[in-house]
Amino acid sequence: MAKNKGHALTGLNVVFVKEFHDFTHSARMLVLTILILLTAGTSIYVASQTVKSCVGEDNFLLLSLFTLSKTPVPSFLTLMSFLVPLTGIALGFDSVNSEFQNRTLPRVLSQPIYKDVLLFGKALGSLASMALVLLSLWLFVIGFAMLFLGVPPTGEQISRAMVYYLITLLYGVLWFVIALFFSIICTQSSTSALVSIACWLFFMIFWPTICQLLSYAIGGTNSIVIAKTNSVLARISPYVLYSEASIAILNPTTRSLGVVLFYQMDGALGGSPLPFGQSFLLIWPQLTSFFAAIILIFTFGYMKFQRMEIRV
Amino acid sequence: MKDQIIEVQDLTKVYPNGKVAVNKVSFTLNKSEIFGMLGPNGSGKTTTILMLLGLLDATKGSVSVLGYNPLRTPLEIKKRVSYLPDSVGFYSNLSAYENVDYTTRFLNLDGKERKERINIALKKMRLYKNRNDKIKTFSHGMKQRLGLAEVLIKKPAIAILDEPTQGLDPESVSEFLDIIRSFRDDENMSVLISSHQLNQVQSVCNRVGLFSQGSLITYGTVKELSEAQFGTNRLIDLSLEEDADISEIAQNIDGITQIKRTSPCEWIFSCTKDIRSKLVKALVDNRLNINSVSLQMYSLEDIYRSFFEEVKNGEE
Repeated sequence: MAKNKGHALTGLNVVFVKEFHDFTHSARMLVLTILILLTAGTSIYVASQTVKSCVGEDNFLLLSLFTLSKTPVPSFLTLMSFLVPLTGIALGFDSVNSEFQNRTLPRVLSQPIYKDVLLFGKALGSLASMALVLLSLWLFVIGFAMLFLGVPPTGEQISRAMVYYLITLLYGVLWFVIALFFSIICTQSSTSALVSIACWLFFMIFWPTICQLLSYAIGGTNSIVIAKTNSVLARISPYVLYSEASIAILNPTTRSLGVVLFYQMDGALGGSPLPFGQSFLLIWPQLTSFFAAIILIFTFGYMKFQRMEIRV
Repeated sequence: MKDQIIEVQDLTKVYPNGKVAVNKVSFTLNKSEIFGMLGPNGSGKTTTILMLLGLLDATKGSVSVLGYNPLRTPLEIKKRVSYLPDSVGFYSNLSAYENVDYTTRFLNLDGKERKERINIALKKMRLYKNRNDKIKTFSHGMKQRLGLAEVLIKKPAIAILDEPTQGLDPESVSEFLDIIRSFRDDENMSVLISSHQLNQVQSVCNRVGLFSQGSLITYGTVKELSEAQFGTNRLIDLSLEEDADISEIAQNIDGITQIKRTSPCEWIFSCTKDIRSKLVKALVDNRLNINSVSLQMYSLEDIYRSFFEEVKNGEE
């Protein structure tokens, strides 16, 4: 017997469960998870060897595991800034166009669901699987730290680490949404994958150079204008937003982000850590930028998807 | 409940680029009837179907499916109407059971009933043994049968089948047509079937509609269409032993509407009734020897060709 009459989100749970199952059981997710675990594990191990000597001296030992590096192994944070976008892209690049390619869209949408439920279900399924992978990684790092350093983390360290988890998740979701958008506008999965990776490379490699050129063009000889312009333009890149927010939350001694003039530092207590609330306020613009970018790109994708004909 | 379960009135779809995909299409589907939508690719059949399901917005016109408006209450229609799309697609990483289980979950049935319906449908479509096989191992015919299983699972009042026999071998086509007939006869469904394989459709449809360039040119039973087009629905093929002009003899026989000589010894007569005995008698009286004489009905293909020749000539 039918249980209910149905509402706007009828079928969302069905799509969500299927997408979550597909992602968590897919070979690409398995490969990415192993890659992240291996690289992050190596990075954390190397960092733990470095901080072992500081046990008892540093109040934020656990957090330094995320940021410390030792040549040639980069820090956990640097590795995440490379690998999390890849995970987001891997989850999103064929979300919609594969439905067209497999000719499954008319079959699914002829069931009693609204068209947007499919997109919401896909997005939520990806979000949940990414959250699960990152949470596993987060727990792995915390567990590793407790096991190797023998020091239980304080409440503040856990809070900061949780906010870092949230930032990493937002960073991953932003890249997922970018890939999802390209999977809506590109008919071929290979094209959307290529465009998403090109976008990622652009922000990682070319954008800093472009920012510099633009800053010099705008600022002329005024070094303060150049620095401020460069700082503003650089923040268009998700990588910069992620790095800034992560460093500010993982390193409590970070007191400001971007350009700081000498007169602004007058009276500041250099080297002393900020309380958690103050650090959180410091990264609030970065967090809201992530939210805004995710909502904006998803909305564009949503509008395009709703206007698309379901025929191949 | 009234007999007309789909009513389409002046349905029009114009795309933003100005292309008219469907132009003032009007027709009805009656209860327990198979209605064939016939026409070449791009003639507006699938666009019409998508508008019936609420999957595409109509520019103008009205549609009522089981009393519901597809734009206002698409879910009510989708609950009661099954759709088998043209070249139906399945998730290749899932098994046949998992594929239909996914779409069946949208019906909000309890687990036991869902499982029962799926198993019954898979058995009917001879796919029960393959239920755990991945779709990537399935042939085209098996996928189409799985699509029909999905149609059955929903227990719909209406089944809409878009080119269901396309790409199937003759044996599978015959099996498919039997299944479609059983939808009407055993499951009490009304069926809307779109195709360009005319002879196949003719054998199962109660009524047909001919689509061309977005317009529904005409619709009715094959008999009605042939009478409208040719003034009759019967043809008599005659083969004589010798070359002889029999047009004068035939003209005197009541019921003949058209005489056509296809070769020196072969003739075709269009008639309003069966005049074979009168024709044979007249020929024998005139000492003419007959090789064969046979009665045929106009096929859908004849009607279709004739209609589209008229359309083409009209355009020229």
